[in-house]
Amino acid sequence: MNPLVLWFHKLGSPPYFYRFAGRFLPWLYAIALVSGAIGLYGGLVVAPADYQQGDSFRMIYVHVPCAWMSLFVYAFMAANAFVALVWRIKLSETLAMASAPVGAAFTFITLVTGSLWGKPMWGTWWTWDARLTSELVLLFLYLGVIGLYHAIEDVRQAARAAAFLALIGVVNLPIVHYSVVWWNTLHQGQTVSLMGQSKISQSMLWPLLTMAFATHVYFFASLLARARAALLALESGKDWVRAIALAQPTREASAHG
Amino acid sequence: MKPGTTSAACVALLRRDLALTWRRRGDALNPLLFAVIVVALFPFALGPEAQVLERIAAGTIFVAVLLAALLSLDSLFRSDLDDGSLEQLVLSPHPLSLLLACKIAIHWLTTALPLIAIAPLLAMLLHLPDSVLPVLLAALALATPLLSLIGAICVALTVALRRSGMLLTLLVLPLIVPVLIFGAGACNAAQAGLPYAAPLLWLGAWLVLALVLAPLATAAALKISLT
Repeated sequence: MNPLVLWFHKLGSPPYFYRFAGRFLPWLYAIALVSGAIGLYGGLVVAPADYQQGDSFRMIYVHVPCAWMSLFVYAFMAANAFVALVWRIKLSETLAMASAPVGAAFTFITLVTGSLWGKPMWGTWWTWDARLTSELVLLFLYLGVIGLYHAIEDVRQAARAAAFLALIGVVNLPIVHYSVVWWNTLHQGQTVSLMGQSKISQSMLWPLLTMAFATHVYFFASLLARARAALLALESGKDWVRAIALAQPTREASAHG
Repeated sequence: MKPGTTSAACVALLRRDLALTWRRRGDALNPLLFAVIVVALFPFALGPEAQVLERIAAGTIFVAVLLAALLSLDSLFRSDLDDGSLEQLVLSPHPLSLLLACKIAIHWLTTALPLIAIAPLLAMLLHLPDSVLPVLLAALALATPLLSLIGAICVALTVALRRSGMLLTLLVLPLIVPVLIFGAGACNAAQAGLPYAAPLLWLGAWLVLALVLAPLATAAALKISLT
């Protein structure tokens, strides 16, 4: 078998994934922290202030990467949900459910930072703009997936039901988006186009891309950490978890002794 | 025992669901009462001026009808789950999606159709102009089956839960945002003297799509929650 395919098949096994994720986790966190620090420094200190918005445009370095992530995480969750429902891969169920809270958090941060940015720029915390409304609906979809997952007692059945809901959400999301856009053009909005008025300059762009990179790496780090914890809980009766649990106190005892 | 034909099974299911609803016909009035109460609350909150009520009439009626239909969704599979007949449906040799489509159709007939029937009364309470009433009825006739079909998927996912009320609302509401936008949008356009055919046609297109896909999705969801 092709080594890459073989590795991919191995990755579906919970103990192998647990060890693999454990090896990569510190690196991912370190990369996310360093690139996030560079991006924030570049965005908040190095980049020049905007000629129109002044310093408040710097909100872009948190707001826009989080908005991208809110969609990216949903796509990632839905792809895993699809794999979980079609091929019944346990790891995909875990990954889909582990990404839901992270995605909801990114969506929430997008809404909060957007509202903080909207107050000085548009003079209002909230407006029923098409983008804002779609993002709000996206948050409700995330909350529905999380709520359904936690409401059903059997973990694997809960994951399959929530994965199914996530897939229905994918079908619905474009419909919501375009219906909202259409609805908003019927009732004339009072919003400013964020990126349309000027092409963003190079000095402002690189911190944005660095932040986007940092949020992606952070997402995968957080995802792996959550999936590791979820796998331990899911497989708590299995031998490999018992071996980890038995190894834990002896290591601490030797550290203390 | 040799199973009967699929059409015979569907007819039997339709007759059974109709009979069950008829024997508890008092329950069927609850959504109507709820919609009337919700609509009656708005003049108390906003004041009785006819111009204000006229402006919000179509949207308010739409929201009230959708909420009332949402409340009644929980009863779609509840009693069948309690007496075990839902599992028999899943085990039957006939296509589950077809049987579920029959159940959804009866549910729509017994809960949503009465809501559409009292919509003229609600329209009168809020001084909706007479010219808008046909558009409102048409929009409701397209939007309520969509809600029943989309809602059925979510009910199937939550049916095994003991307390699913709030969760069901959370699952259904984001999915029916477009239905509300286009349904109420058609009424508002008609009220403003603008063409209103496009949103109604959109609703019709989605209804056709949902008629095909939603029973299949409901069957898949039901199989997940009953395993």
